[in-house]
Amino acid sequence: MSYSDKLIDHYENPRNIGSLDKTLEDVGTGLVGAPACGDVMKLQIKVGPNGLIEDAKFKTFGCGSAIASSSLVTEWVKGKTIDEAGTIKNTDIAKHLALPPVKIHCSVLAEDAIKAAIADYRAKAAQKGDKTAEAAE
Amino acid sequence: MTVLTQIRRNDQPIYLDYQATTPLDPRVLEAMMPYFTYKFGNPHSRSHSYGWEAEEAVEKARAQLGKLIGADEKEVVFTSGATESNNLAIKGVAEFYKDRRNHIVTTVTEHKCVLDTCRHLEQQGFSVTYLPVQKSGLVDLEQVRAAVTDKTVVVSIMAVNNEIGVVQPLAEIGKICRDKGAFFHTDAAQAAGKIPLDVEAMNIDLMSISGHKIYGPKGIGALYVRRKPRVRLVALINGGGQERGFRSGTLPTPLCVGLGEAAEICLKEMDAESRRLEKLQQRMLKGLQSRLPEIYVNGDLEHRIPGNLNISFAYVEGESLMMGIKGLCVSSGSACTSASLEPSYVLRALGVEEELAHTSLRIGLGRFTTEHEVDTAVDELARHVNKLREMSPLWEMAQEGIDLKSIEWAAH
Repeated sequence: MSYSDKLIDHYENPRNIGSLDKTLEDVGTGLVGAPACGDVMKLQIKVGPNGLIEDAKFKTFGCGSAIASSSLVTEWVKGKTIDEAGTIKNTDIAKHLALPPVKIHCSVLAEDAIKAAIADYRAKAAQKGDKTAEAAE
Repeated sequence: MTVLTQIRRNDQPIYLDYQATTPLDPRVLEAMMPYFTYKFGNPHSRSHSYGWEAEEAVEKARAQLGKLIGADEKEVVFTSGATESNNLAIKGVAEFYKDRRNHIVTTVTEHKCVLDTCRHLEQQGFSVTYLPVQKSGLVDLEQVRAAVTDKTVVVSIMAVNNEIGVVQPLAEIGKICRDKGAFFHTDAAQAAGKIPLDVEAMNIDLMSISGHKIYGPKGIGALYVRRKPRVRLVALINGGGQERGFRSGTLPTPLCVGLGEAAEICLKEMDAESRRLEKLQQRMLKGLQSRLPEIYVNGDLEHRIPGNLNISFAYVEGESLMMGIKGLCVSSGSACTSASLEPSYVLRALGVEEELAHTSLRIGLGRFTTEHEVDTAVDELARHVNKLREMSPLWEMAQEGIDLKSIEWAAH
């Protein structure tokens, strides 16, 4: 299977690998996929007081396309509001990386990962009655 | 005449996929060349010297192949490869004896061409028992004994598995079959030329062999068909009645010559080559184990050909690992290049959990593998496994002491 240069670059030089402290209330964590299916993505966002995503980190167990998809979305979400980040579509990811048809599920998983991280952040914010999160609703 | 003598150019990646195919041995090519060019006769032509010359070459090859497995040359039928041999053996006996016996015994870890043939026969009204294998990958002889009845026409159990390299107890299975009056067919594509095989001592009635797995050409194989007591087959390919009527069609003389020569070289060098490969296998395994925790060998290590390792690198997905190790050619135990994300049915049959099956690689060593290549491979594998574990959420969780089974994963 031949992969695009962009995909290979993200696989070989993945951006934003690592972990944020998931116990912090300004950090949202999304863990999607299943080991038995061969793909697990952990994507984390750190939301600043201004409501913008100031940091994003990922770790992925999966094929090269899964790694590249999650690496790419950590770049895309930074500097966005959580609402804006929530509009990232799997089709945009697949198009940018020129994913082959059998790898489209990787981009779907990456979209799920962002949504899960946002949902986690919102749930924490709601629990705390966080004003920023309410404003973003 | 110039003959290619170098197997690998320096700018090419290291080939570690010898169960998929093997390069043609230059000595084999040398033997084949005249039969492509000036010795081009049809081996079935009886009226002139071109034909006689080709026939003599084909018969010599038949004898060379027979010698490899302890068979008489008259019992060797040339085919296009092991897939055809397996089809001919199983469909051939099933069809011939269907009025008396309609049951087939095989295992769940056979090659797809055996399993698919059995499925086809099930649709034709035969009943098939698919025996499970143990965690080692080996069949349980008691289960074989229990499965074979007086209605069983053939027991088809592979000699060496193509994914995990384990060697089945052929002589014991052969004895069970002989006692019960069922034919014993073995797919020996991965075994011939690698381990000693003797159709008499092992009571084998039908044996499939492939040319390109033993440093011979692609497009040729053979089926051993026992003459005493005689095994009858219905042919798949009808025509001029060549190959004792079992397989019509003009024999491809150069390919037959190549298969024969390949067999002779394998037999001559088997002892020394086995010992050499065993050392390389140990070097590879010890090298990896010394640098990587949590790696697991799939299938029995002791009852295994020395040219195979199948290893799960826990917490690292196999396909991403293969993408990283660009200097190495291996194959993934997990066939997850497809959208179905199904890991290998062989590994699952051993009871390897799906998450671990996704992390496995098949590493094949062979005649042209060197110590230096093994060391390079160990280094490249260790570096990439470590790199990918650093970015694996599962590795991170395992390090934190989280039991991955305690998490409710959403299947997707």
